[in-house]
Parts: sequence; C-alpha cells; structure tokens
Amino acid sequence: MAGTGKAHLRNGEALLRVEDLVVQFPVGRTGLVVNAVSGISLDVLKGETLGLVGESGCGKSTTGRAIMQLPRPNSGSVQFEGKELTAMAGDEMREARTRMQMIFQDPVSSLNPRRKVRDIVMEPLTIWDRGTKADRSKLVDRVLEEVGIDPQRASESQPHQFSGGQCQRISIARSLVLDPSLIICDEPVSALDVSVQAQVLNLLEDLKARYGLTMIFIAHDLAVVKNISDRVAVMYLGKICEVARSDDLYHEPAHHYTNVLLQSIPVPDPDVAVQRRAIEGEPPSPVLPPSGCRFHTRCPAAAARCSAEEPQLREIGDGHFVACHYPVHGGEAPVTVRSSGTAA
Amino acid sequence: MSNITQAGTRDVEGPLLELVDVKTHFKTHRGLVRAVDGVSFSLDRGKALGIVGESGSGKTILSRSIMGLLPSKGTIREGSIRFEGKEIGNLDRKQMRGIWGREMAMIFQDPMTSLNPLMKIGRQIAEPLRIHLGMDRAGAWQTAERLLQDVRISEASRRLNQYPHELSGGMRQRVMIAIAMACGPTLLFADEPTTALDVTVQAQILDLLNDQREERNMSLILVTHDLGVVAGHTDEIAVMYGGKLVEKAPTKVLFARMKMPYTEALMQSIPKIDDPSHTRLLAIGGRPPDLVHPPLGCRFAPRCLYARDKCQTEEPPLVQAEDPAHSYACWYPVGSAEYHEAKARLAETPVTVGGRG
Repeated sequence: MAGTGKAHLRNGEALLRVEDLVVQFPVGRTGLVVNAVSGISLDVLKGETLGLVGESGCGKSTTGRAIMQLPRPNSGSVQFEGKELTAMAGDEMREARTRMQMIFQDPVSSLNPRRKVRDIVMEPLTIWDRGTKADRSKLVDRVLEEVGIDPQRASESQPHQFSGGQCQRISIARSLVLDPSLIICDEPVSALDVSVQAQVLNLLEDLKARYGLTMIFIAHDLAVVKNISDRVAVMYLGKICEVARSDDLYHEPAHHYTNVLLQSIPVPDPDVAVQRRAIEGEPPSPVLPPSGCRFHTRCPAAAARCSAEEPQLREIGDGHFVACHYPVHGGEAPVTVRSSGTAA
Repeated sequence: MSNITQAGTRDVEGPLLELVDVKTHFKTHRGLVRAVDGVSFSLDRGKALGIVGESGSGKTILSRSIMGLLPSKGTIREGSIRFEGKEIGNLDRKQMRGIWGREMAMIFQDPMTSLNPLMKIGRQIAEPLRIHLGMDRAGAWQTAERLLQDVRISEASRRLNQYPHELSGGMRQRVMIAIAMACGPTLLFADEPTTALDVTVQAQILDLLNDQREERNMSLILVTHDLGVVAGHTDEIAVMYGGKLVEKAPTKVLFARMKMPYTEALMQSIPKIDDPSHTRLLAIGGRPPDLVHPPLGCRFAPRCLYARDKCQTEEPPLVQAEDPAHSYACWYPVGSAEYHEAKARLAETPVTVGGRG
C-alpha cells in the first residue's frame, strides 16, 4: 500500500475532511524521523462511522490524535465543521475540541482514580460552565443512565470500584456530556472481555443513533471494525491501502494487505481455521519505509513496478478505492493494470 | 485413572497430565478467593488443549497451579495433579525445579517484560541449557543458535548477540518460545501467547507453536480468551467459568454441538467477520461472579438466559454428552427441551435485560 491520492474523497458536505496529513516524530537527535503518518486523506460524512484498521505502528492512533491537533500534524489540512483546525489557536481551538471527543483504549487509566465517577463525568460541563448547576446535574444523571451506570452509585464511588467495561461506559458518558458531533474511539474495546466488548459495541451503536453521532473507530480487530463501521480505511505504515464500504471491503478485498489481514484473523470455526497459513515477516520500520508501495516487501503479488512507483488510490467499484498496481480484483474481472492506471 | 502406575515409574501408557478436583484458593482481606474450585481433566501426550474463559475465570491460575508457580504464602492448594503418573501437586518450588524446563515450560503473554532487558538473547536461551542440561558454554551457545533457527529467526548467530530491545514483539515471542523449547519439555504452557501481538504476527506464532508441537511430540496447553485462537490450534477445548470447568470436548465436537449455554453465549458475543456490518451482537449481560461469594447453584445462572430455579440453588455436575469425550455442567443444556422452551419464550418477549440488547 502505499497509497496517496484523494480519489476517495467525496464532494459536498463532510463533517470532517482531512487532506495530505503528515505526522513525523524525530528520533532523538539523530536527524532521522519516524514517518508515522505519510500523507493521508480522509473524509467522514455526518452520521457516518469510519473505521481505521491496521497493525500496531501503522499510524492509525496518530491519525486520530492529529485530527484533534494533539499533537499538531507536520503538514496537511484538517477541516472540521467547515473550519480549518490546523490554523486555529488558543480559545478557538479549545472551543473546537469540545465538538470532538475521544475515547481511549484503557478505560481504567483514562479516569482520575481519586475522584468520584459522577464528578469526572460532570467536569467538562463545569469547565465550560454550561447551564445552571441543576441543569448540569440533570444532564449528567441522564447520560449516566443512558450508558447503564447508576448515577447514585457514580456519585459515591471511584473508578476502581467499577469493572473495566463499566469504566469504559463512564468514559463514553464523559465524552457525551458536551454534546460533541464527532467521537474518535481509539481501540475502545481492545482491553475488554468478549462478552463485555459486545455490550460496549452495542451501546456505541445505540448512542450513535440517539445522538446522531459521527464516529471514527480505530481498532486492530477487523471483525469489530466491520461490525460498527459504515466505511473502513485500511492503513499500513502511515498510508492508506484501501477504502470501501464495510461490507464491500470484507467481501471483496482488493488490496493484498487487506487480504492478508482478513486471512490472519483467527476464525472460531475449526474447519476453516486449519486451512490457513500466515504470511511471513513483520512490518518494516517507519523510520526508513520501503520505496514505492510500502507493502511490497511482504506482498505476495509484488512486481518490479511496486518498489519503484507508489500506487495512487483509484476507484475500482462503487465507493471502493484501492492503492495497488495489481489488486486482488477490481470489479468484474481481475484487473491486471500493466499499463498506466486508467481507472477513475 | 485406575491403571496408573505406582509413583516413581514413568507411565508411558496413561495420560501425560491428570487433574483430580484441583482447588486453588487465595486468602485475602475480603475472604477466601476460590480462583480454581474443583477442576478435573486429563491430557494425552502430543495433544493440544485449549483453556478458554473470560478474565477472572481461573484459567491462568489453573495453569500456574499445575506449573507450581504460585506464591506459597496465602495460597491453599488441594486435589491431585499427576504428571507422567507422578503426583506433583504437593511439591514445593525446590522440587519443582527438576520438572521446570525439562518436563514443563511456559510462555507468557507479554514478551516485552518476560525477557531480561540487560542480558543478550543468546545468554537467555543458553541459561536453561546450562542449568538444566549441564551443557558447557560453547555447546549451549551452539544449541541456542539452532533453537533460534527452529523458531525461524533469520540471522540466528547475529541475533544471539542482540538485546531484547533490538527485536520486534513477534521476534521476542519467538525467543520466548526458543527458551521454553530449549530443554525439550513434554508439556508446554502458552498463556495468552499472542494477545500482545498483531494479527498477522499472531497467526505466525500460532503456526510456529503448532509445528514445534508436532515435531517434538510435545503436549500444549493454550490458555486464551479467544475462541478463534483455539479453534485452529487445539485438539480439545476446556471452557472455564468462575473457577470451574463447565465444558470440555474435542475441538470439532465443541464447535459443532456445544452444550453449555455459557459457551454458546461466548461464541455469540464475538463479532463475526462474515456477518453484515451493524449486526446486533448478543452480549452476555452482567459480570463474571465474585469468587469470594460465588453463586450457590450454577455459577453462570445469574447471567444465563435459560436459567431456572434449580440452576440458582443446585450446582450442576460435570456429565457426559452423547460423545464420550464431551462433558458439560448444566441442568438444561443447549438442545434440551427446557432450552428450546426458554428460547421460544425469549423470542416472544422483547429483549430488555442489560446485556441482551
């Protein structure tokens, strides 16, 4: 994968539009940089859930944080509700961040262990001085009930008195009280048991419907991402490989990396599981990423062109975009685009 | 279990490992935690057993009880653990040292913290060879290099001189496997060996474990919360809940005809890659039981959709299913008349309970 390009961006009103996002981190004083995110473009429509998947180190969390401007990206543009975030500063930025909230992986450590749970959920409202004290109380109680936490217990207890799943519910409540339009969930269920994971995923779906939320859902578990997302972007080493509607991506993965990821998932079915074989190797270093398509070093279909020329994202089906010179398939017949890519 | 030989002699015929009513309780200020509460099973040579359960089900404590890796202070151990026909449940750490490495070895979840960051990889692999097998320095180093090749690490001779931080997570887990294999154990424990790894690397490590097991005719106990992981890599599966074994069956039988509503619920709560996007998940309501005050009857009853009065008061014993190798602990198992009746009743009433919905 390697794709750059913006063919997959849609015209019209997107709640969030990210273009050519680049995030680099210096490696000590060596002068080298970690290329965490290398020119990513994304858009999310209102009410849509965008899934970001990839292995650790692919830049998916960094992308989520760079959208929040935490830290600010090295270059690129992030337009949220029609305003450019990268140009904002000070109070304007703080105000904008109330409209986008984040939910983190570890629910226990993202809550202050010394405070009462109800106060934790109340705090954003207090900081922004929203409504009267009574209004705030009412709102907090309502949101807590919606996420399945007893407000009475929340006012008496600290985070350690709740289970991991409950703490994640509390984090969700805290992110909702300011009535955001975008929620960025960074691996929100990876630390939870499967039975609890299902509860939290269902809750997120319910809340999304009730509040008309737009979500970016970052996770490494493809089955989880498929379940909750409308559209999925697959990332590898700081680039986007493939973007498609959730069902399309899983039915007809076009990028070889997506295919590999799908093949690697352990399937809870002994008949399917035994036929599979893992691919070799591990992701290369983002300090010195491979030339051309960044996946070519591990790709089963890599050819000479792949190491020389970086593929651009192009459309191979309705709303299905891939950045690959020789995709697994591209619509009806397998596409072998030996000449110059002519796709839309 | 009656034909087991007298203590001391190696029993080649019987099962490699046999547990009878094993209990591990911890004394805490809250009271006695019944982490493992009466588990019996046996494991044959060369077989792979998966132990599946949620966090707090006792799966890790069970494997550590067998390995004798629990603190002696505050721990109450009961029941019999026979390994190669010999009782090891009552051995202390000193006596277990003769078993660790050569007979049993363990791989842990986190390859980042299980290796010594200050010691070269080579020395860490050579250490058990020198201690347990009495090899000399040069011989151990050579064997270490071969072991690294066995776990498919490229440039093995160069890697021996590297430190753990120079390796990726997947490589470190391979090194852990090499260390565990070093003395040719007959039984390998892998406690969530791939949870900290990416999916592509996870698949590689699981394949590697499987290959090594077959090559060395080793038995494997794979402890995990992920039914997907055990499906392709085990012969048998034991499902634990609240410190008890609630179902055990050959892998294929379990997935085809699970009996225990808990196993079914666990299976249903996993998002399936083949389901369309936004498929409603069937979550299990509630939480795992408190092991200081476990429920009276079936420990899963408070969360079970099919539970009846009897389930709340009487503990179901482990009974045999149609397949003699399949056992489960449930009064009204999946497929029974009561199960179907309860299911029909549930279908009529809209789902309101915390988890189911």
